[in-house]
Amino acid sequence: MAIRRALSGPIMDRTAVVGARYMSSWWRSVQPAPKDPILGVTEAFLADPSPDKVNVGVGAYRDDNGKPVVLECVREAERRIAGNLNMEYLPMGGSVKMVEETLKLAYGENSELIKDRRIAAVQALSGTGACRLFADFQKRFCPDSQIYIPVPTWANHHNIWRDAQVPQKTYHYYHPESRGLDFSAMINDIKNAPNGSFFLLHACAHNPTGVDPTEEQWREISHHIKVKGHFAFFDMAYQGFASGYPERDAKSIRIFLEDGHHIGIAQSYAKNMGLYGQRVGCLSVLCEDEKQAVAVKSQLQQLARPMYSNPPVHGALIVSTILGDPNLKKLWLNEVKVMADRIIGMRTALRGNLEKLGSPLSWQHITNQIGMFCYSGLTPEQVDRLTNEFHIYLTRNGRISMAGVTTGNVEYLANAIHQVTKSA
Amino acid sequence: MDSVFAAIVQAPEDPILGVTVAYNKDQSPVKLNLGVGAYRTEEGKPLVLNVVRKAEQLLVNDQSRVKEYLPILGLAEFNKLSAKLILGDDSPAIQENRVATAQCLSGTGSLRVGAEFLAKHYHERTIYIPQPSWGNHLKVFTMAGLSVKTYSYYDPTTRGLNFQGLLEDLGAAPAGAVVLLHACAHNPTGVDPTVEQWEQIRQLIRSKGLLPFFDSAYQGFASGSLDADAQPVRMFVADGGECFIAQSYAKNMGLYGERVGALSIVCKAADVAGRVESQLKLVIRPMYSNPPIHGASIASTILKNSDMYNEWKIELKAMADRIISMRKQLFDALTAKGTPGDWSHIVKQIGMFTFTGLNSDQVAFMTKEYHIYMTSDGRISMAGLSSSTVPHLADAIHAAVTRAS
Repeated sequence: MAIRRALSGPIMDRTAVVGARYMSSWWRSVQPAPKDPILGVTEAFLADPSPDKVNVGVGAYRDDNGKPVVLECVREAERRIAGNLNMEYLPMGGSVKMVEETLKLAYGENSELIKDRRIAAVQALSGTGACRLFADFQKRFCPDSQIYIPVPTWANHHNIWRDAQVPQKTYHYYHPESRGLDFSAMINDIKNAPNGSFFLLHACAHNPTGVDPTEEQWREISHHIKVKGHFAFFDMAYQGFASGYPERDAKSIRIFLEDGHHIGIAQSYAKNMGLYGQRVGCLSVLCEDEKQAVAVKSQLQQLARPMYSNPPVHGALIVSTILGDPNLKKLWLNEVKVMADRIIGMRTALRGNLEKLGSPLSWQHITNQIGMFCYSGLTPEQVDRLTNEFHIYLTRNGRISMAGVTTGNVEYLANAIHQVTKSA
Repeated sequence: MDSVFAAIVQAPEDPILGVTVAYNKDQSPVKLNLGVGAYRTEEGKPLVLNVVRKAEQLLVNDQSRVKEYLPILGLAEFNKLSAKLILGDDSPAIQENRVATAQCLSGTGSLRVGAEFLAKHYHERTIYIPQPSWGNHLKVFTMAGLSVKTYSYYDPTTRGLNFQGLLEDLGAAPAGAVVLLHACAHNPTGVDPTVEQWEQIRQLIRSKGLLPFFDSAYQGFASGSLDADAQPVRMFVADGGECFIAQSYAKNMGLYGERVGALSIVCKAADVAGRVESQLKLVIRPMYSNPPIHGASIASTILKNSDMYNEWKIELKAMADRIISMRKQLFDALTAKGTPGDWSHIVKQIGMFTFTGLNSDQVAFMTKEYHIYMTSDGRISMAGLSSSTVPHLADAIHAAVTRAS
């Protein structure tokens, strides 16, 4: 009522209305953004009407029926949480309980570092949020530093450090000829980087290649990073998913801790707890002592406040409910192993099928590589053929999400790959 | 090995959240927390709305629900419903597909994403915010790379709006500058323009070619009516011009910690909105990839079900009415005591907060002698009051104002 009165009465100045209508948009020069290379794949998959279509694009776990999975431990935790006392704001640093449990996973259940309160840690918006918070922190407190990022890496890493305005460089990682690690080139890059550079390391189950250093190689990497005084930042998005055992998958981090590095870690529960859309993660920075950890944590909070004020409570409650209950935690560990084992099984099956088809190429890398992804070695043109002729969806870098492979589609997938590569 | 962060100093306590820290330490049985703006019941307890509990149960019991990633822009259904909530069901802007909406992390997240978009795509880097404003506004816009200036807003002598000052300052702003407007229930003052004043503000902003950015954190909470509280925003959209809107469901749905909000950008044309939407994704992806699913699912469940929507409106009105009642009770108590000064601003101001006009000395006195916790600018959260605690607060204010300095 009041609006109409205001609009129709003498109060409304017609020239102002006319002015507003005939002024062109402020945004007329805004370009349409390119599709996200990873998420765009799922969009295309969903739009495809073919009954044979297969989605091995985005890295979200699927069961052997190709269906997304909600873990039993998560369902039980949610039942307990529903009807919770309140939905009040978490502190800026998030759920203290969730963070405590999360640090144990990365640093060790009985870690002295945790006992000595040397770790500055805040709840973050999954792995992405943890990386971004760290990148902003790095920019603010080490403004002259740069980040070294492996080639290849998860595409969004580049976006994150770019938006944080931290200059990026790359280091050698993947060796296309062997479809393994380009170890000597990687070590060279570590040695040649200016002292005190920041290095982004994938703790386990490298995305997108699935190629991880061996334990001996990790020790050497740690040594050379230490010699140069570099900062090691670990992105750990797949703890538990690589070997099936979270403790084992944290080995690289434990090596660095033994060697005395003051590391940073981004942890995510998106995959290993299936909490994808809840956006639950943690950023931690190991400091010299408790006083410094308190200071660093307060500064991390200062970066979170103008981004989202405080993190979402629901996912954090699920995590702390599960990890805080020995029975639920045990259930979770079992469920993680089941997921990891199914993926390992699919690797064996895919390789086996390709070899059975008489492929002229070597597919050893499928079982050598680890975690959710297989860097198949397929060229973009071959990927396009897979999509256009066989309705198989994957990113154009040839990355196959093994989590999307099932006993129902592995033969079809193997045959399609064989068809596009047999004359290669 | 030395830490590269060895030289870092501890950041100061957040001025608002620090109040609750101090309150928690106090042992007094009569202590009162009038600091942070979270709703409390008559019993002083946080409140989860019944309709929210219902929605939550529906979600938990739905075995088919999965927790997959939302799209970068969030839950599509939630976005449509949020746009309708603020713009009106029959808004031509929506019908003409001219609104780009992204689910974001409550009001803060919506403001930040909008500000980052502006810093990237807009030719003017200056945003004008009212004096005073919510403390986090300055940080959000600065972090996004915008330069922040202020415009006159609060008049301490009248404890009302400095309308002339506002018009002068906005009139002097460079063409194209962004202007932050609190859609209703201004935080921290509780002082809102009248409908007539809003119309003049609109004319000025449009004639100077300024870009309005609404922060709508209290829709429904101010007057008790969702539509009435959306009026200023709708006036601007009705003239066909462009604007940004940050919405929060923290207070009006009590979803605080779930971080539920939305950023809407109202554009001149549908194809523009489409391109703007695509660019919003590029801002969000390197920040947190995609927004949290739980809270938005609850909000969506409520908004799309007409029975639940009506239930929500009733519970929302009850919260707003309780606050209005607290205002009246406090005003009556001070009047009855004959406390010197004009306290009518307590009932004229609107929303969760009252800018009492007390100075920092008086505030410190009230904290020390009466265990009353509030921010040092004299802002009290009316939501923290109850019928039983109003007398104690009135006593404290009376004592603070009448004591010899």
